[in-house]
Amino acid sequence: MPTVAPLDLDGHVVAAAFLGDVPFFATASGAIHRLDHGQKVTEAHDGLLACVRDDANDTLITGGEDGKVQRIAADGTVTLLAEVPRKWISIVAAGPQGAVGFAEGRTARVRLADGTIKEFVETRSVEGVAFAPKGLRIGLARYNGASLHWVAMAAQPVDLEWKGAHTGITFSPDGRFVVTSMQENALHGWKLDSKPGGDTRHMRMTGYPAKVKSLSWSAKGKWLASSGAPAAIVWPFSAKDGPMGKPPLELGTRADVMVTAVACHPAEEVVAIGYSDGMVLAARFADSREVLLRRPGKGAVTSMAWSKNGKLLAFASEAGDCGVIDLAG
Amino acid sequence: MTETALPKPIPVTVLTGYLGAGKTTLLNRILTDNHGKKYAVIVNEFGEIGIDNDLIVESDEEIYEMNNGCICCTVRGDLIRVVEGLMRRPGRFDAIIVETTGLADPVPVAQTFFMDDDVRQKTELDAVVALVDAKHLPLRLKDSREAEDQIAFADVVLINKTDLVSPEELARIEATVRVINPSARIHRTTRSEIDLTKVLNQGAFNLERALENDPHFLDHDAPDHVCGPECGHDHHHDHDHDHAHHHHDHDHEHHHHDHGVSPIHDVTVQSISLRGGEMNPDRFFPWIQKITQTDGPNILRLKGIIAFAGDDERYVVQGVHMIVEGDHQRAWKDGEKRESRLVFIGRDLDREKIERTFKACEAQTN
Repeated sequence: MPTVAPLDLDGHVVAAAFLGDVPFFATASGAIHRLDHGQKVTEAHDGLLACVRDDANDTLITGGEDGKVQRIAADGTVTLLAEVPRKWISIVAAGPQGAVGFAEGRTARVRLADGTIKEFVETRSVEGVAFAPKGLRIGLARYNGASLHWVAMAAQPVDLEWKGAHTGITFSPDGRFVVTSMQENALHGWKLDSKPGGDTRHMRMTGYPAKVKSLSWSAKGKWLASSGAPAAIVWPFSAKDGPMGKPPLELGTRADVMVTAVACHPAEEVVAIGYSDGMVLAARFADSREVLLRRPGKGAVTSMAWSKNGKLLAFASEAGDCGVIDLAG
Repeated sequence: MTETALPKPIPVTVLTGYLGAGKTTLLNRILTDNHGKKYAVIVNEFGEIGIDNDLIVESDEEIYEMNNGCICCTVRGDLIRVVEGLMRRPGRFDAIIVETTGLADPVPVAQTFFMDDDVRQKTELDAVVALVDAKHLPLRLKDSREAEDQIAFADVVLINKTDLVSPEELARIEATVRVINPSARIHRTTRSEIDLTKVLNQGAFNLERALENDPHFLDHDAPDHVCGPECGHDHHHDHDHDHAHHHHDHDHEHHHHDHGVSPIHDVTVQSISLRGGEMNPDRFFPWIQKITQTDGPNILRLKGIIAFAGDDERYVVQGVHMIVEGDHQRAWKDGEKRESRLVFIGRDLDREKIERTFKACEAQTN
């Protein structure tokens, strides 16, 4: 039986993440809590807007209302990586070789490990930043599509066009696909290795009743799980053409409660599903079997993260009622 | 029960007005006035707003056209992101003020608060306030459509810098504003000086309050009526005070006032005020749907109170372009005249068609 170790924090919690075996919880106020032989706190920002895990360095990257981009080490040490005074940094991304991406307004920046900062200016606001899995390349979500830039080369960017406002972006782990989330309750995908203009280039993934705010690739990138519906919508990406012509899995369907966060297991074809009422389920792709991990709580689940061995699941909530679920019990 | 009660939505006031009309002065007044409220302010540029202990967020105006087949559905993408961030720590402020640039179209700002589910869930558009520079309005109307749009779209218009014009000029300016927007509340100010209760917490988009607060709704279409400080429209409770110059026919005949004659010839916005008897809902709803679908791009605002035959409650309706909302508001009072009133503000509207088709929605009296 799974057991839940609750952690009650004040206010909205933006992200949950593991560094090593230690669960971290980043609150909107800027305090980052960790459960490392007792509860410890790091004050990272005056107002925290974004927090992602940097797999390459086993650290967290955060952005805040104070215009700062910080790196948070496993021991809670804070290192200032960059600062754009008086701008809100609500988009951060971690890349290979210690590179960190962030954006405000129409400018995306990449800070390399040596401290060099490269700027990429778009004509419209940058709404999402992601690094490609191979090579130092970033994808920027923007109005009417996405732009892919090589960070270290002065090459022309690749513009992926699709009408509408694109608000988030992710690369598939094999680098073959780029998927954006959109303002209008849809995902859009591009197959990067097809010929320009070819039939399989665009992938429209629609039918969501709400905006998609959480995306998670399964082990080896075979599936892409998403929020934005009363079930986790899981698109198959293992075929050559991605999900084209194939229906997605719908896992953990509930009558009138929306899925707000998804997190695929690091090894198994299983997804953790967090709902707007705070409930957490795990569901298996093969047979849709569900296991209840946490009963409904005080607020919507905002973020979830698995420990590296896949035995612990940390979850964060809009109302501050977070916790760590031990699947072995 | 597992659902927690939703907190009360945070009111949002949108300040529009041409460069130099006095927005910054008004904003600084709001931020320094001793009203005990805290505001989060979203500005395009920090400029001269410099109150350290207030929450001021700089944001690049970013207009997104929604890809849903509706050509006038635009939202402000930057506002969605900033509001989302603000609302994660709601305890810091009581209300939000959005200051737009001089050339900004107020429509995408307003539509953001109706079209984005997350924003809509947590906030509530309170009112659009337009500042007008009394001295320069005629010039502005000549060279920009935005100045006119801002007035047409507003719930409250402050005619500012009244000390810089003669009484005759001021009267002309007011009449012009009234022609562009017969349903807005107009106040005269100098140096943006105004009782803030006339600007903030107006509930202009709230169906419960929008028309309740304005007992003279559409009475403004009396050709000589201009609200000044002496007008004394009370915003917070109903009262029966009457203006001597409000003479309306007391029959149920549908009629309108002609707003075609503007003292300044550069006005391209028109308003159509409709008045009718009790309506047949089976005709009215398809009609308003159709008219907002077909003429939505040309409709800036619509507002109205509808009396449905056999319905004991007033039905209020309002819209922005193709977005229309309606709801029952309250029971008709004893002795209250059960009539339907509706105003359209827009461009290139077919007055004859709208009047005729509105009339056709009336319930048969026989």
